[in-house]
Amino acid sequence: MEDQADAAPDPPGAVNINSRSPILSLANVDKIFGRDVTALKGMNLEVREGDFVSLLGPSGCGKSTALRLIADLIHPTSGAIRWHVDKAPGALSVVFQEPSLMPWATVEDNVWLPLRLQGRSKSVVGRDIDEAIELVGLNNFRDAYPRELSGGMKMRVSIARALVTHPKLILMDEPFAALDEITRFKLNNDLLMLKEKTGSTVVFVTHSVFESVFLSDRIVIMAARPGRVIRELQVDEPYPRNDTFRTSVEYAGHCRAASDSLKIAMEAA
Amino acid sequence: MTETLANPGATSDVVDTEEQARLRARKIGAIGRWVLPIVVLILAVGAWHVVVVVNEIPHYILPGPGRVVEALVENWGSLIESWLVTMAITGMALLLAVTVGVGLAVLFNLSKWVEMSFFPYAVVLQVTPIIAVAPLIFIYVDSKIAGLLICAWIVAFFPILSNTILGLNSADHNLRDLFQVYGATRWQLLRYLQAPSALPFFLGGLRIAGGLSLIGAVVAEFVAGSGGIGSGLAFRILEASYRLQIPKMFAALLLIILTGIAIYLVTNFISHMSLRKWHESAIKRES
Repeated sequence: MEDQADAAPDPPGAVNINSRSPILSLANVDKIFGRDVTALKGMNLEVREGDFVSLLGPSGCGKSTALRLIADLIHPTSGAIRWHVDKAPGALSVVFQEPSLMPWATVEDNVWLPLRLQGRSKSVVGRDIDEAIELVGLNNFRDAYPRELSGGMKMRVSIARALVTHPKLILMDEPFAALDEITRFKLNNDLLMLKEKTGSTVVFVTHSVFESVFLSDRIVIMAARPGRVIRELQVDEPYPRNDTFRTSVEYAGHCRAASDSLKIAMEAA
Repeated sequence: MTETLANPGATSDVVDTEEQARLRARKIGAIGRWVLPIVVLILAVGAWHVVVVVNEIPHYILPGPGRVVEALVENWGSLIESWLVTMAITGMALLLAVTVGVGLAVLFNLSKWVEMSFFPYAVVLQVTPIIAVAPLIFIYVDSKIAGLLICAWIVAFFPILSNTILGLNSADHNLRDLFQVYGATRWQLLRYLQAPSALPFFLGGLRIAGGLSLIGAVVAEFVAGSGGIGSGLAFRILEASYRLQIPKMFAALLLIILTGIAIYLVTNFISHMSLRKWHESAIKRES
């Protein structure tokens, strides 16, 4: 892992991630809660098409605040958030830490929700719903209610719901934090597979070094009090990544580098 | 496993005695839930009969159970007519309570200002004893039916209102955020998220309101008092008491109790059917 500054010349065939077209940028964004709680200070971030960016840091570092700002659920105290693509409804999807499914609706109807809110009937968008459910491997459970599903399966439904609008950007707020490690590894693998298939762009909040290294091509390390960006790391390892990558020397090296940065972030707080 | 359960004496090598005992206890518990209240009822009615017969209590002081049934059969025509009147008031009051309760809850939910302004007065309506207000209502409202309806409605509507308000506010906050992200309208939020979230709460309110509307109707009839055609069961009780027809009083009371039980069972059934597919309580409450 290297700091972003000294990017080596790209090997032939590799996509230079700096040449991807930008989707969204945060410029010097501050967010103050109440009278004087600085949740986020001077955050700069550029998200480009096809990026998998992780926001990694201790609790209180403002990573969830950053996500809520991008989702337009709260607004910056100062600074600007700019979209470089058309921000129609459905261009942005969110996956929360809890699956947050509607317990009264079947898997199919839960996945339908974002399109239903656009006034599109199930018969018209049936193919999109089928596709999203198939992507997360829940074809046999489309008529099941959430209470009949395991934690991992519920999270898959939540991801299918996020994919169904073919979003330009998916925000994920520690989506696998509440799951057991075996399920978590499996979903990490599947998430990368989905990203490859759909070409999605993801901003992923986590407090796990291992998860962020496995998933991302860029890791934004954040510190708390006030919440701010400490540094940005690149994980220049090719996709698709699988369990072999998880046991590789390179993976261990990236994890060590990220841990060191995180340690600096903790001390800076 | 099912084999050993169905045949506890089977000579199997692997029988977990603790598990056997637990399953047997559960089976007995399931039967007891139905059988025990019936046994208690039979014993109580039997004791009532014995006390009346042994002490030779005259029927105008305490009639035996047989006498009550006799009175029920003898007065069936007038009682059933009154029962229909009471049922009509109860049903209409409940319908009105549901309409106004849910309507106000939605209105309060749409506007915090309206809620702040009017909710305290809904509470005032709730805490005022209906028996104290009813005489006033019958002074100012000409129609007896309307007066009865108003009284029963006042008693029944508050649980629906407060439960529905609670339910509308109980929608998952992440889902609220999600609706906002997807640009949902206020109506869509209400229709697709808040209403289904509120349903279990509303149904809980309905179960309370069902019984309360019957109580409200009966109390109002007592206050209204006047006889003639179109008088409810409470009037039959008053009338019978003036004439010292104690068995008839018991018969009318019995009808009111049976009606209350029926209302409870019906609202319970509605609640169960609406929630059984997804709400945990539909299973837990039933068992």
